[in-house]
Amino acid sequence: MTDIPARPAVRAADFKVPWIRLAPWLYTIGLFVVWEVAVRLSGLPHTVLPAPSRIFQAIVQYWGPISRNSVQTLYTTLLGFGLAVVAGLGIGLFIGWSKTIYAGLYPLMIGFNAIPKVALVPILVIWFGIGTVPAVLTAFLISFFPIVVNVATGLATIEPETEDVLRALGAKKLDIMLKVGIPRSMPYFFGSLKVAITLAFVGSVVSETVASNNGLGQMMSQAQSQFNVPLVFAGLLALAVEGIAMYAVMAWIEKRSTGWAHRSTMGN
Amino acid sequence: MSLVSIDNVDMRYGGAGGTLAVQGLDMKVNKGEFVAVVGPSGCGKSTLMKLVTGLHIPQQGTVIVANEHVTKPVSIVGMAFQNPTMLPWRTTLDNILLPLEIVERHRHRLRANKAEYVAKAEALLATVGLKGFGDKFPWQLSGGMQQRANLCRALIHEPELLMLDEPFGALDAFTREELWCVIRDLHAARGTTIMLVTHDLRESVFLADRIFVMSARPGRVIAEHRVEFARPRDLAIMYEPAFNDKVQQLRAQIAEARVTA
Repeated sequence: MTDIPARPAVRAADFKVPWIRLAPWLYTIGLFVVWEVAVRLSGLPHTVLPAPSRIFQAIVQYWGPISRNSVQTLYTTLLGFGLAVVAGLGIGLFIGWSKTIYAGLYPLMIGFNAIPKVALVPILVIWFGIGTVPAVLTAFLISFFPIVVNVATGLATIEPETEDVLRALGAKKLDIMLKVGIPRSMPYFFGSLKVAITLAFVGSVVSETVASNNGLGQMMSQAQSQFNVPLVFAGLLALAVEGIAMYAVMAWIEKRSTGWAHRSTMGN
Repeated sequence: MSLVSIDNVDMRYGGAGGTLAVQGLDMKVNKGEFVAVVGPSGCGKSTLMKLVTGLHIPQQGTVIVANEHVTKPVSIVGMAFQNPTMLPWRTTLDNILLPLEIVERHRHRLRANKAEYVAKAEALLATVGLKGFGDKFPWQLSGGMQQRANLCRALIHEPELLMLDEPFGALDAFTREELWCVIRDLHAARGTTIMLVTHDLRESVFLADRIFVMSARPGRVIAEHRVEFARPRDLAIMYEPAFNDKVQQLRAQIAEARVTA
């Protein structure tokens, strides 16, 4: 008899609002609402800070150029990012291979990473002309560093006992890399993709802004010169949406490919 | 006939001015024997492991394993450490099969004879009490179970010599006793030569035929004890006076070695 009240309790749980899953949407809507209200109350002109309603209006009005330039930016970003993945993985494995290479190349990499990539765009333009190529290369240059560092870290932190067990069996360096080093560095690698993809967007847009005839960066700089501030914000919004979408894709890949690294331990 | 013969070995780390880990080390281990090495901490027990497995080559003296001078890693040994170092992306079974992907005489046969090797690994799992756990990931196992799997990995390529470096150090007392029995039975059933490096004197007396006591750094053998208890030994012998006398004797020697250090 005492068990009977348990049933309605379960029912109530069924209808519980999934706040955690809704939270990202609610917070985003909340941001736009606050923004809208603040702009309306303060009476700021839309050439300074356009209200979200004005930005959405601009999105509808300029849908053609926005979608065309978004595709262009997504394309250059993904191309640069793809190159960064291949080169980053290769250089990361190369650096992690030996302590000497690691010691020799690491300072060079740090120095290179410290260079503001916007300063490289003019050089790239001299070499390759205005257009897609400098944007792809800037996206590549800015996003390959975190991949290299993470892959090399994964290789450099193999437990000495594991290495001893395998070396005592006659394992060559290549065996240890293939069996232990590379699988071990994969969680670091996939984790770094999330950082790298957002950086790749920064790279391609910077290059498009400085020197290009298409892409969101170029569209925004042109809109700015015409005081079309709502279109600038529409471009920013398009970039944010692309960034979030690609980040989500990378997070999904990370979760799918290295599930063992996100384990919940049982015992021990 | 001795399987391992260490003769007047010096091993120094980090060049001419570096620390001398062992000096004038002499030790012989017969085929099929179970020896334990005990000593104060930092006495070079781990160095001994690396010398015998060929991971380190001594500056002076000779190490002979299975009638051959050790000049490179010897693949007739299996090793197990305190840290089980199971690879988390492989199932327990695949972890155990890992040495077969490395050892020269198995790696080329592995793909074609997979079923045979898997059956062997499963038989090993059954002997250590892990029957049916092969498809679990190591992180789904408890510490004691991981250490059992670690023993399987050390034994899968049928090594002539099993080197154990404090394999039970991180386990609770009951699990440790269970694993002592597992090792005892493995030794009885397979006749593998076993070298056990340990801090636990009761463990060494319970398991070994002979016990070497090492001095503080630079390490060398200062005493050798024969353990005469009849095999198979039962855990109950640990409560007999003769057993405790032996442990006391070892304890006193190590305490002395520490003072002189």
